[in-house]
Order: sequence, then structure tokens, then C-alpha cells
Amino acid sequence: MNFNISIGQYYPINSYLHDLDPRTKLLGSFSFIVLLFFINSILGYIVSAIFLAIVIKLSNVPLKFMLKGLRALMGIIIFTVLLNMLFVRGENVIFSIWKINISWEGIIMALRMAVRLIMLLMMSSILTLTTTPMQLTEGIEYCLKPFKKIGIPSHEIAMMMTIALRFIPTLMEEADKIMKAQKARGADFETGNLLSRIKNLVPILIPLFVSAFRRADELAMAMEARCYRGDINRTRLKELEFSKNDFICMICLLIFAIVIIYIRFILK
Amino acid sequence: MSIEIKNLTYIYGNNTAFYKKALDNINISINDGEFIGIIGHTGSGKSTLIQHLNGLIKPTEGTILLNGEDINSDKKKLKEIRQKVGLVLQYPEYQLFEDTVFKDVSFGPKNMGLSDEEVDKVVREALSLVGISEDTYYKSPFDLSGGQKRRIAIAGVIAMKPQVLILDEPTAGLDPHGRDEILNQIKIMHNKTKNTTILVSHSMEDISKLVDKIIVMHDSKVMYFGTPSEVFKHVDELEKIGLAAPQISYLIKKLEKRGIILKNDIYTVEEATKEIYKYLKTNGD
Repeated sequence: MNFNISIGQYYPINSYLHDLDPRTKLLGSFSFIVLLFFINSILGYIVSAIFLAIVIKLSNVPLKFMLKGLRALMGIIIFTVLLNMLFVRGENVIFSIWKINISWEGIIMALRMAVRLIMLLMMSSILTLTTTPMQLTEGIEYCLKPFKKIGIPSHEIAMMMTIALRFIPTLMEEADKIMKAQKARGADFETGNLLSRIKNLVPILIPLFVSAFRRADELAMAMEARCYRGDINRTRLKELEFSKNDFICMICLLIFAIVIIYIRFILK
Repeated sequence: MSIEIKNLTYIYGNNTAFYKKALDNINISINDGEFIGIIGHTGSGKSTLIQHLNGLIKPTEGTILLNGEDINSDKKKLKEIRQKVGLVLQYPEYQLFEDTVFKDVSFGPKNMGLSDEEVDKVVREALSLVGISEDTYYKSPFDLSGGQKRRIAIAGVIAMKPQVLILDEPTAGLDPHGRDEILNQIKIMHNKTKNTTILVSHSMEDISKLVDKIIVMHDSKVMYFGTPSEVFKHVDELEKIGLAAPQISYLIKKLEKRGIILKNDIYTVEEATKEIYKYLKTNGD
């Protein structure tokens, strides 16, 4: 079994992107993803691919490491491609089996979806690779603040996310330890059919759940012991601050958005 | 069973920013029936080293020979090797999952493919070895105390009848009473079975009383490997890396400086008392 998932993992180095304000990065990746859905021409894809390449370069994270994380999500991409290829109806049918027609349009649509998905996943993994979970949730809390008036508890949501993110590596480590302990007792996770493999997971899942509940309990106690009571009168050690680089970044982003919209609505 | 570790190197997260050398060219050979203690600080590579010995981790470089046979040569043999080399990991009580103590201990023997009668026999043996009485057999392991849970988890490995028993800090987080109990039981078991036993700890006091040889790990390397008296000759170096010899050996050393020579393998207060009395009887005024 492989727990090597780089999606959602922070890559601890220094780079231009690492130093940006999390709000800039959140806004940037969010608008990049939205803009991806405006693209409908080859030129648009090329422009956004160049933009993505520059962002990857600025992040200093090795491309190999990023692609390794993408591999875990290959299943979703292949599924989308197949779905589009098999079920999009088009004029130029290449060949057909039973009721399924594979058409030229379907293949193009599938390719587009794949490129779009890969870019989307790349951008969101760059966000998490260059931003610590703490910074990320702080950014999200700030971005959700305007919705507080309509009853969305932004602080609580952010705190829940912080805790969830914080415990992903801990739980993985724990799962790894338990798995090793059971392997040492002769458990076998690598062979057998699907049903027996699922059954074999019981000796991992039960101890894992037991320890997750124990940890949750201990954490709640520790937070209360330190007088945590939600958002009331809570101040921060480090306030978020925009720097000059953030403004440069925003301007670049704006230019990119204008180019994409120009290609979509005017150049056509 | 004899164990031979040759040029063992292990690297975490090779070729990424998470790169860390956990073991650096380790060479050790352990004879059949020896009781070995491994000591070192958190992060010195102790746990990584012992996880290599039953194939849970594959070496980046180097080989591990069990009775002269490379354990990583055949993937299909790993299960057999894990039965021969019983490994009790740190905080083993977190691996318990069945609804009764008896069922949990029988998990290992069942995986080995023993018949129900044989399982019944080895489980009873293992549980009595760790001092769990019969009225606890059908209780849920989650309702028991920490010390009891730990002993049941250890029984879960012993029940597989390993020829090499490795315990990773079996006393961590236990009170002094529970600690002594577990260590005594390990000693008794070793005396009974004469199996190769490896005990990982960061307490010199615990280890020196029990083992034949000590491996001192520091910074992913083996710093010293030898009998307790050989290792404790390097008291000053051990202190530099934050480990110390058992307290009583400091007294022995001081006495030595004043010309009172006692035998040099004394690690417990009781032994020291006896030796000092003996000295006084023969040399006293």
C-alpha cells in the first residue's frame, strides 16, 4: 500500500511563491481555475499553459515531485476521458460498437477535459505545496469573513480545517505504524482478492479509529485547558500583510484574466 | 538464530527535500542466543534499524543475513521471516483490535496457518508467559489498564513462537513497577528459551542489568558495540552525547581512584552492596 500523496502536502523550501501572502495565492489559484472554464480555443490553452509553467518555475518545487502527486489522481482523469470519449455525440463517427459511437468531437472533448483537469489539479497542488496549512486556513478564514453576516461561522470552519489538515500526516503515520505492527504479526495486505483485502483492513481500521477518537478527545481537552472559546476576542501572533510582490502578482493575474477573456469573447 | 548486518544504509525520502539519512553504513553481527541491548537517543536510528531485521523496511543499501540467508532475496519468504523474527513495536497496545484478549493474541498464530488446537495452546502459553490470568482471556482488551494492554500486545508476538524476539522500548510510558515487571518477564523468557533477544531502550539502567552486549547508536551510526563493561569504559564520550552509564558505576569508578578495586561489571545497587561488603570483609580494618 502506498501513502505517498503529495496533494495537500507542504514542500518546505524558499521561493517567490512561498513568500507570497496566502490570500494572494488563494485568489490566484481560484481565479485561474475559474478562468480555465472560459477557454475554448487552442490559443487559450497555450496561454494558460505558459502561465502555469511560469508559476511552477517560481514555486521552485521540482516538477517530478508535483507529477508524483498527480499520479494518485490519474484514475479520475482517465475516468473523465473515457466518459467523454464514449458518450459525447458527434457528426464524424470514427467507429461504433453496439450503441456506443466514438466520434472525432468526442475525442477532442475528452482531450480538452483532460488538459483542463490536469491544469486544475496542478494549480491546486501548487497552492498547497507552497503554503503551510496554517497560512492556508488563515487565508480562508479571512476570505470567508464577509459571509459572517449571513451566519457562516468563518473562524470555526477555518479551525476545523486547520485541525483536519494538521492530523492528516499524524493519522497516516499512525496507520503506517499499525500496519507495520500487524505485518509483524503475519498480516498480509498485498495478496488475495478484493473481498479478502477489504477484510484484511479491519486490523488497521479499528485501532486507527480508536486512536483518532482518543486524539480528538485529548485535543479538545488541551484546547479548553488553554481557554479556547472560539472566535471571541481572539487575536493573532502574525497578522496577514500584503507586500509589494503581492501587488505585482495581482497585476499579472489581472493581465492574464484580460488576455483569456479577450481570446474568448473578442478574438473570435 | 544469528543475525548479520552488512553495510546497511537507509535513506528516507531519497532525492526530495525530505532527504534524511536514517542509517549510515551499519555493520553488526549477532550470535545465536545472545541478549542484545540497543541504546541511543530519539532519532538516532534505533527503530529504523530493527524494522529492517524482519523486512518491514527494505535497505537502501546493504544486506541483512538471517542464519546466513539474505532476508530480502525473496518477497514470498517475508511472511516466514516475520514469524521467525518477532517484532514488538513501540506502544504495541495501539495495535489491539479484536473484541477479546484471546482472539487478539491468536491473530498472529492464525495468520501462520496453525490449527485451532495449536492456536489455543500457543495463545495460552504466551498469555501465561506475560502473566495474564485466565479470567481476563475473554474481556475486551480496550477495558484493561495500559500495562495489561501492553503485555497482551507482547503476547501477540510471542504466540508466534519467534526464534528472535525484538522489543522496541517495551517499557515506554509505564510506571516503575510495570517497567520492572516487563523487563523481568523478558529476562525470564530469554533464560527459558535461549532465543536471540534484542531490547531497544534509552535507559542504560534498564539495559545494563539484562543484556550480554550493548549497541550504542548515535547520529545514524553505531558508536560502540560490545559487552556492558567495554561500553561503559567510554563514560565520558557517552555523557557527551547525552547518555550515561548506570549511576552505580560512577561510585565504582570513584572508589577505584582511591585505590579500592572492585570487579568492573557491577550495574545494580544490590550487586555493589554485596561487593563492597566482600571487600570490607577481606580488607577492612
